[in-house]
Amino acid sequence: MKALMPTLLLLAIGNACATPIAMEDQSQLKVPPAQAAALFVPPAESELPDNAFGKMVREGHALFVDTRRLMPEAVGNGMNCSNCHLDQGRLAHSAPMWGAYPMYPAYRKKNDKVNTYAERIQGCFQFSMNGKPPAADSPQMTALSAYAYWLSTKAPTGVEIAGRGYPDVPAPQGGYDFKRGQQVYRDQCAICHGDNGEGQKVAGEYVMPPLWGKDSYNWGAGMHRINTAASFIKYNMPLGKPGSLSDQQAWDVAAWVNRHERPQDPRLVERSVEKTRLKFHANDGVNLYGQKVDGVLIGQGTGG
Amino acid sequence: MTPLSRVVIGSLLILAWPQAHAADGQKIFTLGGANPAAMACLGCHGADGKGIAAAGFPRLAGLPATYLSKQLHDWRNGSRQQAVMAPLANALSEDEIKAVSSYLAGLPGEPAPGLRRQQIADDPTTRLALYGDWNRQLPGCVQCHGPGGSGVGEHFPPLAGQPASYLVAQLNGWRDGTRSNDPNQLMVGVAKAMTDDEVKAIAAFFANPASPEAKP
Repeated sequence: MKALMPTLLLLAIGNACATPIAMEDQSQLKVPPAQAAALFVPPAESELPDNAFGKMVREGHALFVDTRRLMPEAVGNGMNCSNCHLDQGRLAHSAPMWGAYPMYPAYRKKNDKVNTYAERIQGCFQFSMNGKPPAADSPQMTALSAYAYWLSTKAPTGVEIAGRGYPDVPAPQGGYDFKRGQQVYRDQCAICHGDNGEGQKVAGEYVMPPLWGKDSYNWGAGMHRINTAASFIKYNMPLGKPGSLSDQQAWDVAAWVNRHERPQDPRLVERSVEKTRLKFHANDGVNLYGQKVDGVLIGQGTGG
Repeated sequence: MTPLSRVVIGSLLILAWPQAHAADGQKIFTLGGANPAAMACLGCHGADGKGIAAAGFPRLAGLPATYLSKQLHDWRNGSRQQAVMAPLANALSEDEIKAVSSYLAGLPGEPAPGLRRQQIADDPTTRLALYGDWNRQLPGCVQCHGPGGSGVGEHFPPLAGQPASYLVAQLNGWRDGTRSNDPNQLMVGVAKAMTDDEVKAIAAFFANPASPEAKP
């Protein structure tokens, strides 16, 4: 009974904020292990029909790879869809669209409801792109959905096929280490992403995305979780050399990246980092939001 | 107007520079270094430093100073091998390398193509250039070298407008080991994963500004 009390208390607190979560998060669970070779192959570009549908898919593709420039009203930072979903959303173990589209509608713990695919993309705009999501019935959303749908041609619906998401990278026995992470960053990442995570631009537009700071993903984005970033990094970075970092290095450098400030979580509760931490971050994987590192509170945001 | 003012400011800085330094970048470029073996750059790279495409001599004008300086050092240490450039680089002093690199970086280069090529790539060369081939862990060229191959920062030089035969020679250099000076070994794997035909096609893609792919 004693052990139950805190649990009951927690449940009571949860009740005050939102209805209790009745099921597990369908969008986060059970990413097939990386050992399972991805067999699904999205359709080739040459197979795209030359008709109204094909045109819409092409528009969606353009928005996907050049999001920031083509949707300045919706993207509030320097990110494009294709920064987290490599090879135009095609690449296995890089959260490919063909692994995501057939899994929706799905329940998400993040907003405690069943989300359509459009709502899931809106989440990307709100958090990963720190912006204002386009309306579910907007032409842009139709185009992005059409592109994901086309990439999913012949993929089974509601099946967690190998290659979806970012494969889990087990947390290292001894945890992560910022100092080691900083070294990995300097050696392997800074050449593209800059000494201070600022990314690199050509003619005012980012070519290599910023990893922290005001133009990067915000504190509500999935990538702010160290475990998620470690998975992405291990299986996708450095570009063209996936799998070259050890699990330990991936966790270390993910922790280094995600200890830096970035735009505030747009769900900020009553201007309180602590309240926001309790409500949204306390049970969200491994993350530093609302914690102190070297005496400094993490999650204060980049302001502005 | 920002790029223009940057060029102007850069040129002014460079004009002011030699007075503070022993080595004169412009002089090395036009007349050569103190050592007679350090021949003038303009003989092969053109009076404007924009290279001589027909001969396969690359453009140096407007390339990042850090990149140019690194190449000269790499010819000296053998991580980049080339029969003409190695003795030249060896004949330059450290000060001269610094001066000529800064001078070249300040010369007006080709206007950045500024191309955002976000189309779905239907032909294999465009696809390789823009998006790569991830079955072979090949990133698209423009992912590191910038839109249209305009170059990014100090480490990723422009491909756009460089002579095709120069680009072919570099890719082949990484493949046969005569060029191994790529930071973090980012190019060696890429070059080795490419076929001979792809090397030629990609070089032509970036060399030829009139190629249809070079339009948005």
